[in-house]
Order: sequence, then C-alpha cells, then structure tokens
Amino acid sequence: MSSTVIITVVSLSLIALICAVILYFIAQKFKVYEDPRIDQVEALLPGANCGGCGFAGCRNFAEAIVNAKEIEELNCPVGGASVILKIAEVLGKEAPVSEPKVAVLLCNGSPEHRPHTSKYTGVKDCRIAHNLYMGETDCSYGCMGLGDCVNACAFDAMYMNEETGLPVVIDDKCVACGACVKACPRNLLELRKKAKKDRKIYVACSNCDKGGPARRACKVACIGCGKCVKVCQFDAITLKNNLAYIDSFKCTFCRKCVSECPTGSILEINFPPRKPKVESRAETVSV
Amino acid sequence: MNQKYQIVLKTFQKGGIHPPENKLTAAKQTEVLPLPVSVAIPVSQHIGAPATVIVNKGDSVKTGQVIAGSKGFVSVNIHSSVSGKVNKIDSIVDTTGYKQTAVFIDVEGDEWVDSVDRSDDIITDIKLSSEEIISRCQESGIVGLGGATFPSHVKLSVPSGKRCDLLIINGVECEPYLTADHRLMLEKGKEILVGISILMKALKIKRAQVGIENNKTDAIVHLKKLAASFEGIEICPLRVKYPQGAEKQLIKALTGREVPSGRLPIDVNVVVHNAGTAFAVYEAVQKNKPLIERVVTITGKTLANPGNYLVRIGTPVSLLIEKAGGLPDDTGKIISGGPMMGKALINTDIPVVKGMSGIILFPSSESDRMPSQPCIRCAKCVSVCPLGLEPYLLMLLAQKGLFEKAEEERITDCMECGSCSYTCPAGRPLLDYIRLGKSTVIKMARERVVK
Amino acid sequence: MSTLFNISLSPHSHSQETTKKLMFGVVIALLPALFTSIFYFGYGALIVTSVSVISCLVFEYLIQRFLLKKPVSVTDGSALVTGLLLAFNVPSNLPVHIIIIGSLVSIGIAKMTFGGLGNNPFNPALVGRVFMLISFPVQMTSWPVPAGFNTGYTDAVTGATPLAIVKEGLKNGEPLSDLITQIPTPSQMFLGNMGGSLGEIAAIALLIGFVYLLMRKIITWHIPVSIIATIGIFTTILWLANPAKNADPMFHILAGGVLLGAVFMATDYVTSPMNPKAQIIYGIGIGILTVVIRVWGAYPEGVSFAILIMNAFVPLMNRYIKPGRFGEEVKNG
Repeated sequence: MSSTVIITVVSLSLIALICAVILYFIAQKFKVYEDPRIDQVEALLPGANCGGCGFAGCRNFAEAIVNAKEIEELNCPVGGASVILKIAEVLGKEAPVSEPKVAVLLCNGSPEHRPHTSKYTGVKDCRIAHNLYMGETDCSYGCMGLGDCVNACAFDAMYMNEETGLPVVIDDKCVACGACVKACPRNLLELRKKAKKDRKIYVACSNCDKGGPARRACKVACIGCGKCVKVCQFDAITLKNNLAYIDSFKCTFCRKCVSECPTGSILEINFPPRKPKVESRAETVSV
Repeated sequence: MNQKYQIVLKTFQKGGIHPPENKLTAAKQTEVLPLPVSVAIPVSQHIGAPATVIVNKGDSVKTGQVIAGSKGFVSVNIHSSVSGKVNKIDSIVDTTGYKQTAVFIDVEGDEWVDSVDRSDDIITDIKLSSEEIISRCQESGIVGLGGATFPSHVKLSVPSGKRCDLLIINGVECEPYLTADHRLMLEKGKEILVGISILMKALKIKRAQVGIENNKTDAIVHLKKLAASFEGIEICPLRVKYPQGAEKQLIKALTGREVPSGRLPIDVNVVVHNAGTAFAVYEAVQKNKPLIERVVTITGKTLANPGNYLVRIGTPVSLLIEKAGGLPDDTGKIISGGPMMGKALINTDIPVVKGMSGIILFPSSESDRMPSQPCIRCAKCVSVCPLGLEPYLLMLLAQKGLFEKAEEERITDCMECGSCSYTCPAGRPLLDYIRLGKSTVIKMARERVVK
Repeated sequence: MSTLFNISLSPHSHSQETTKKLMFGVVIALLPALFTSIFYFGYGALIVTSVSVISCLVFEYLIQRFLLKKPVSVTDGSALVTGLLLAFNVPSNLPVHIIIIGSLVSIGIAKMTFGGLGNNPFNPALVGRVFMLISFPVQMTSWPVPAGFNTGYTDAVTGATPLAIVKEGLKNGEPLSDLITQIPTPSQMFLGNMGGSLGEIAAIALLIGFVYLLMRKIITWHIPVSIIATIGIFTTILWLANPAKNADPMFHILAGGVLLGAVFMATDYVTSPMNPKAQIIYGIGIGILTVVIRVWGAYPEGVSFAILIMNAFVPLMNRYIKPGRFGEEVKNG
C-alpha cells in the first residue's frame, strides 16, 4: 500500500470521526422530546394522509390524539372504528362509538329533468362557474356537473356520469372523509347515515326558490309543499326555505314520503320494487 | 389626426394592450329608444346595500318616482323609469348571472313626476350648495355609469383627514366597441361641462381634467372649444391604450400619481368620475331629474343596424336588439359591457341597468375560447399587466390552493382588466383562476378580521 | 329559444398570438442563419440540420404517444425550434448517429422528463449539445473549414475556430499580435467566413434574426443586450489591462456562439426569467460566466455552459426578483 492511500484513508477517517462527534453533540443539544406513543399510533394509521380527519396528515392526527384528553371527537374515516379501537387500546382510553356514513348528492337535475338555458364554455371548475353565474340551467342551486367533487375524492369513490351530468358516489369505496363536501361550492353533497344494503331515502334537491320557479327550472325539484312533512310519522322531515330535508338518522325507511311527493323529488335507492297500490289497500281493509 | 401629436400624448407606462377598436357606432347619432311594454327594475344596480322596495303590487307609479329607497350610506334610491302600474315584485336574472329582486311595471303612457324640469334649455347657473349637491346625488340615484356603479355621493363626500385637489373626468372609454360616452360628449358636451362644474363645487376644488383617448378627436375638439368658457376644466387627449379607463391608470396617465396598493384615489388627492356620470349629475342637480335612462351602445359585426340609444332603465335587452335589426341567426354570445370586462348574458330578457354601457353580439366563430395549452413561460402576461403583477404565478397559486402566498403576491390588487388572458399565447384561463384566488383571499382576510 | 348562448368569464376576445405562431416566428428568424450555414458548409449543413430536426420531431412524437400516452403536441413547433438550434450548435461534419443521440437527450431527457413544454429548467438544445461535447469531444471539436458545397461531409477538411486558435496560442505563449493574423478579420467574422458550428458563424444573419424577433415582439431587448453589453464591458476591461494577453471586445462578441446564444438560446421562453429586472441580471450573469470560462476556463467557448449555469438560477430569480408593482404598499398608521 502506497503512502498516498494510507494518508487518504487516515485523513478521511479522522474527518468522519470529527463530523460524527460534532453531529452527536448537536443532535443532543437540539433534541426534541417526542412522546414515543405518537410513533406507535402513527404506525396503526392507514398512512393515506388524506386529511379526512381534519388534520394535516396521519402524523399530525397521531400527535393530536395522543395529546388529547378526550378522543371522542377524533375520527379516522379511512381506518374507521377498528383503527380507533386499536389506538384507544394503546393509549389506555375508552373507544368511542361512531356511525358509518356515506356521501350523497342532494340534486337530481339531469338534462331530462332540468333543461339547459345556456352553454358554459369557461374553465371546468365548479367554484369558478358558481362565482360567474347560476349555471347552464334555471336552477341556481343545482349541480353544475364540472367535477370539483370527483377531483377532490382521494379514494376513487366518485365519477361523473356523462349522461346525467351529475357525480355518482360508489358506496363501497366511499369512506366519508368529507373532501367532496368541502369541495362543492353549492354544498350539494352531504354525509348521511350509511344504512344496510346501502339503502337511502333523501330529498334529491337543494332548491330554495318558491314552488313555481323551482318547478319551472326542474321537473323533479322540491316545491316546498310540505306533504312529506305531514305524512312522516317519525318527525324525520323538516321544511325550511321552501325545501324539505330528511334526517338520515331519524328515518326508518317506511317510504311513505316517497309516494307522497308530487314532483318525485324524494328518491329511494336500493329498495325492492313496490307492490301495486290497489292490492295493499285491499289488504289493509281486510285486516 | 396629427401623427406627431400621438408621440407626445400622455399615457400610463406599465403594461397595457391594444385590442382592435371596432368602434362601429362612433358616428351613429344617439336615438331615443321607444318605451317598452313593461320594465323590470332591479333593486340592486349599485355597489353597496340594495335599495328597499317601497311600492306594492297594483300601485300606480310615475316616471321619476322613487320605488326603492336607499339603505344606509353606501346606497342610492331606485326610481321608476316609466309610468304605469306595478305588476309584481319578483326576481329576474340580471347581469350578475343570478336572479335578483326587481320591480315589474306595466307601462301606461309616460307621465312624469311634477318636480322634474323637462325643458331642453341648458342651465349653467349652479344654485345648490356643496352639501345639497351631494344629497341630491344620493336621492337621484346617481352611481358611476362607467360600469362600476359605485354611489357617486360617497365619492364626493371626502372623508376627514383626506383632501382632494383634482377632479378627473373619465371620457376614455377604452373598451372596444363601446361608444356611449363618445356620443354623449359630442351631443351633450355643454351639459357635461356644467356637470363637471357641479362636481367641482361639491368637492370644493378649482381644477378638473377630462381624459379622452385620441381615437375620439371630434369629441376632444368639440369639448376643448366649449371648455374655453368654463373655469378650471382642462381637456387632455391621451394615447390609445387599454385599460386606460381604469381609474388608477387614468390618474397615473394624467398626473403621474400612483394610487398605493389597497388604497383609493382620494389617497392621492384625486376623485374620478365618468363622463356619463357628470351628465347624470347635471340632470339631477339642474333639472331635478333622477337617473332613469342612459345611453347604451348596441353593436356587433353581425348586426344589421348597430347604434347608440337612450334607453329607460328596466327595458329588456331584446328591445334594443330588435331596434338594431333583430337577433342575427348566427349569434354565439351576448355581452353586457365591453369584450374585455363585460358579462355574458344567458338570454335577452335581462333588463338594462344603470351600469350597462353597451350590448355586443358575437357570431359563433368569435364566441368560443381557444383551447388551453401548457404555459410556455413567455412572460407576456407579466409584460401586459398594468399593475405589475405576475398572472401566470397567481393562476398557479390559485389552482394549487396556496392562497396565503397568493395574498403575498398581491392578488387582491388585480382589477380583472383581462389583459393577461387576452394576451396569453397558450390560451390559458388566467383571469378565471385569479378571480377565484381573489375571492378566496378576500374571504380569508375577512375571517381573520372577525377573529 | 333554440340557441343557447355561450357563457364564460371575460375577456371575450383574444389576441391573435398563439404558441404555434411564436415558435414559427422563431423558425423564420433562424432562416438567415440556416441559409448562411448552407452557403458556407454545403451538404454537411443540410444533412446535419435535417437529421437534427427530424430526430427531434420523431422522438417527441414517439415519447408522447407511446411512452407517456399523452396527447401529441409535435405540431406546436417547439421541437422544430429545438431541432434547428441543436443543429446550429454543432459542426457540419458531425456523424448522423451522434446527432440522433443528441436529439434524444435534448427532447427525451432535457424536455420530456420534466413534463414537456413549459416545464424544463434547462435549455434542451444546450443540454443536448453539452452532452454530445462531453461524450464525443473529438467529433464535436473538429470544425470544417467553410468551402461552400465543396466542403464535403464525411471527408471535410477541418481547422480550428478563431476562439480555439487564440486560446491555444495564448496558452503556448504566442503574442496576440501574431495570433491576430491567423484568425479571420472582424468583417469576415461578421459575414461568416470562418470555422465554427453551423449557426454561430455569420453575425449578420443572426442580427437580422434578432431584429425580426424584436419586430414581431417575440423577444424583448433585455436579455440579448445585457449579455452582449456585459461581455463587451468585461472584455474591454481585460483588454485595456493587458492588450498583449487579451483579445479585443469586438473579437469576443463576433467569435464563437455569443450572438447565437444571446439572441436565440438565452431568450428561450421556458428557461429564462419572467420579468425584465431578473432578465437583465440573468444576462449579466451569462456574460460574466462566458468571459470567465473563455479566459480562465478549460474550454475555448463558454456560452453554452454559462447559459446552462444561469438556467439553474432562474427559479431563484423568479422567486425573489419581482416586477415593479404599481402603487407600492404604504406602511400606514
């Protein structure tokens, strides 16, 4: 071995050693104490960093939940109840109970129901179009079909139906993170209770105009007649600003409101077809 | 036209573009549009609180009668522009693109309220005091007729701590196609100058400058001749450049003063009013006539008979189009205002409002946007921005949701003149995203104050 | 109503300028240089230029269509401009396979990997040229002596460029006065009768192109003028300090790739700064680096490296050097 090699090896090793020592002392001086449980909790989380919990990423959520006194308000929509259970175990706390939810679009304004009155040729962004004007139809509350919600979904649970111009939620993939709800400038998406067999009953309309203009703009608009409110025996339906609203946590799926609605604004999803009306009346009478 | 003169003319230095002028109706004398069958007068035709309706269904109203009262300081009265019966108080789509409350009146004859002086003679003697002038403006519903519709009496009420030493009259009309102010200056020049003197009295100042672009040489010559008999009014020709009609740019061109970011012209001791507003002030103060009609340019390359018309507020746009030869078969877009900052209308039932300076019809070949391509970083948008902003960066920040950074980059300074989108060779929708960024940043700033 | 009106945000009209028109404007501005290159170098120039242009277009098409599976945008003219500029940076006897490799590097590595048009931090033609220079130094530095269509392609007679003559000569200790006789006169350099790459030889052709670009408002004066002025001033200082060891400023400006670089390469939209203040600083930086590399560096020509180095600073300049705002903010009370 020539002297050059020896000198090189020794000098570089010395430099490395000195640097290592300096780094060690600096690391000690600037050390930040971190609760080791944060790492444990973070390992349990899905790691999608979707923001569905309301925090900036999974690490942030882990910090929040470790430092929180009560963990009831904190929920990971992606991991769901099972993850919260495991985290509660690690932290030695009671696991909270939460209801599963799914995103639902409160609008059924496809072109066959809601005729177009103009053609939008600007940027395909719902917020921009909403700021600009009421939309391609006479309903200034309804879906503009430009897909901000679909773009916001981090779980591929939404797609735009080209025929109806409305976004579709894939129930199996939806984790109710709420990103689409925040993205919609007209607040048309709502997280409703996820029932068995993915059944839903809701007023597929957000139009607050009086009955006349609402109906003129869209055939299946809610005209605020209130018939559904009267027929509901479970106090699940309220009427405000010419618009009916069904509380998904009070609804028992009796479907009376669906038949009462004169415009067909209330939709029933994933139910078996009804028996014809004549027969059921006869049955009631005979009993 | 003097070519040598052109080089010496004043203008603003930063940015600006030269869209084709298309002043098809510059030589068309203003005609009075016949009264419509019914009018729909929106209660919000100005910046500030909408007026409160004071008439009911079935009431008879006269031309010039107050039908909605001003609400607070930054608000003005709304008057009936016709005589007849109130049909209903309902909503109609207006230039905002949304439905707004409006008073629908079925027209019967043309009976005016007694207080209005309907004679044609020009009254030059200003009898009202400064304070009376200012309140007369609010009562008569005077707002900025250049399109901004800011209540004029607010501008004339100089806040304590600030002073005004110059009144600038905006006769620039930099938007292509529009000629309403041009015709008004030619046909009602003396009245405008009296109006300017009234405004000067209200502001208690002795100096006014009228900025007119050099593509209206006849108006410049005419007004210069008339201005000789008025004290303190100077007619200033300006080099043609868009957006010279923007008040910050106009102030810079005429005086060299730059209004600081986030501030108003009064902070550089200037008040700016549109030439049409000066005329409306003349009518309000000297003739006690409220703002019930205005000159509107109806134009477009496909129209049979484009022209300038004196229209009553509330008249549906369809009547104007009919008078101009009817809606051409090939119409792709209808714009209220100019092509650079105007609003596209969804139908022709929309009523004429105080801020509507013109209606332009575009054929379908000119109604589509060019497809958007990737940014080539040519920086042309930066070079044309009159406020020295960087539109490519503001669009990117708005798209990515980096609104705090957008605020630092002064996105709220943007006046939405459209020069950037007009120039972009890649057809990028710069203004769309900047506008989104602006509204988000303004909302954020407001929430910060509340906290 | 049967017609639905179009609704979009203002502005509702658009200027006639498009990306394609701007790119083809640059191509037109390059035509005088193309003609002089063919005039002086004959078939070699034709072969090199056409191979470069075709390879760039083909590679962009193939990469966009088959590798990235994105819409093809070959017709926007940017690959054509890159192809031409790449050709103008190489000798007229460069073998075809090297040109093809250079095109692949320019388009594939310097442009497409970053996201295509508008996203590349470094000038693609220069990246290709520098790659070829470092990988094939012999072929990239054998410059044919101009002899019109008699120059030949594979069998061209080669000689050194004026810059190389001066640099080598000074290194060997020869006095400048001797070297001056070995290099072309300023008027010869102006008209293009000298050795060098295809595009850099005829100053007059490049200046015609510059004027055309200014008239069409494709570029502004800031970058080319600041580069040439900086080189002029820096070399004047060196020349006045030691006339025996440093060539005069006119030589430095006319010899080598300064004019080509200043007018066409440094002004590339994507890789240059976005406002005039930053552009002038960028130009000054390029000027200083060019002279430093020429006088003290290992290479006789420094423009390509100078531009690439300054390209790396452009994002920083865009971030911290802002255009003059209208109405500066008032620190208020």
